[in-house]
Amino acid sequence: MTATLEVSLWRGGAEGRYQVYEVPLRENQTVLDVVTWVQRNVDATLSYRFACRVGMCGSCAMTVNGRPRWTCRTHVSKVAAGGRLQIGPLENLPVIKDLAADMRPFFEKWQQAKGVFAPSKTRADAIEEIRPDGPARTAADDAIECINCGVCYAACDTVRWNSDYLGPAALTRAWSLVNDQRDAGNTARLQAVAASGGCHACHSHQSCQEHCPQALNPTAAIAGLKRRTMAAYLKGEIT
Amino acid sequence: MTARHFRHRRDLGHRRSVLWVAALVHRLSGLALAVFLPLHFLTLGLVLDGEARLESFLRWSDQPLVKLAESGLVFLLLVHMFGGLRLLVIENLDWHDGQKQLATIAAAASAVIAFIFLVRVF
Amino acid sequence: MNVRLYVWQRGTAALMVPLVLVHVAVIFYATRKGMSAADILGRTRGSIAWASFYGVFVVAAAIHAAIGVRNILTEWSPLDDRRAGIFAIVFGIVLLLLGLRAVTAVVLP
Repeated sequence: MTATLEVSLWRGGAEGRYQVYEVPLRENQTVLDVVTWVQRNVDATLSYRFACRVGMCGSCAMTVNGRPRWTCRTHVSKVAAGGRLQIGPLENLPVIKDLAADMRPFFEKWQQAKGVFAPSKTRADAIEEIRPDGPARTAADDAIECINCGVCYAACDTVRWNSDYLGPAALTRAWSLVNDQRDAGNTARLQAVAASGGCHACHSHQSCQEHCPQALNPTAAIAGLKRRTMAAYLKGEIT
Repeated sequence: MTARHFRHRRDLGHRRSVLWVAALVHRLSGLALAVFLPLHFLTLGLVLDGEARLESFLRWSDQPLVKLAESGLVFLLLVHMFGGLRLLVIENLDWHDGQKQLATIAAAASAVIAFIFLVRVF
Repeated sequence: MNVRLYVWQRGTAALMVPLVLVHVAVIFYATRKGMSAADILGRTRGSIAWASFYGVFVVAAAIHAAIGVRNILTEWSPLDDRRAGIFAIVFGIVLLLLGLRAVTAVVLP
């Protein structure tokens, strides 16, 4: 008799219910393994998202026992309290079906925060010399490894309470660009993150930093944006 | 756009995090102070009806329950101010780790001072 | 919350840090001495220093509390930004008026 795991999976869209499955418990097993087993052996109609399954792409992020995590990097033994697991789609995002959340609002806010590089030179100009250990480049490098998995966005209470809030990921990307000396779009970017729903909405709960699988610190990045926008505002560069 | 459409068992894991509680304490203490302030101002304004009115209020406030409430107010004021100071440091100076410890120290210091107040007024 | 409201809220907050510390010291002093209304008013009446100190405190607190209340309303109540803003402004004005009235009451000679 193999030991089994009792797994609740969200089935449905915005409306739906949790459905319970019994899954063979293995010695080394990730939550993604569990979801995959259900889809392949019990119910082929289960919808979920994954790609690399080795902790590089962030596609498999889901809510596991109430916390947003990368399911491919979450070992069942670490989270299955009393042999039970509850898995749902990422919070704070619309549900497409079952375990797949609609990432569009997340990426729309990325654009709203002007998380896009604005070039300042042409190929005819000399290459910008950037010291890798300079303070601005260090700040940018500390913020740049975001792979847009959405875990921070799902963990953030301010996102939950304030539908206008751009969220930790979009603001962290804006911060990395604000520190990029090649970027020419900073006035517009600072204006974008200084508006309602921008960096000033952050309450420094640090849930983003606590949950980020890349060990990023959006709270610190957002604090940096608060300093830069305040200076720009007081100098009259933004309104 | 934000949707929390589905219900799931809430693991209070990150709800119980020190910094989330610190933020909640900061918000609730601010709200309590905002509700208290008009009452405080009205009490002081009693002087406009004559010194005796304020004096009789001070007599009334001499009872243990009121003194306890006053200690509570001192705690709320201090915890809100120290918590806010922690935020001002995060937002205006370079990042420092150890925010959980700082938040705990802020709350502890406020409690200690409020307790000293309580002991002194009894 | 935007940069303008943020600057006013954080600015008044920073201003009030020393004011709160002095105020708590005053509270400790007054309660230790068991001061009566006459004792307190004896010190505050006709005092430009106390009038200025608490006058500034009241203005700062009114602005700070109003913005804080606005934040709570926009995040935790069904009110939209505009209505929350109106409520907050009204609240701030009430605090300002009651506060300045209280300061006047204790400093008028």
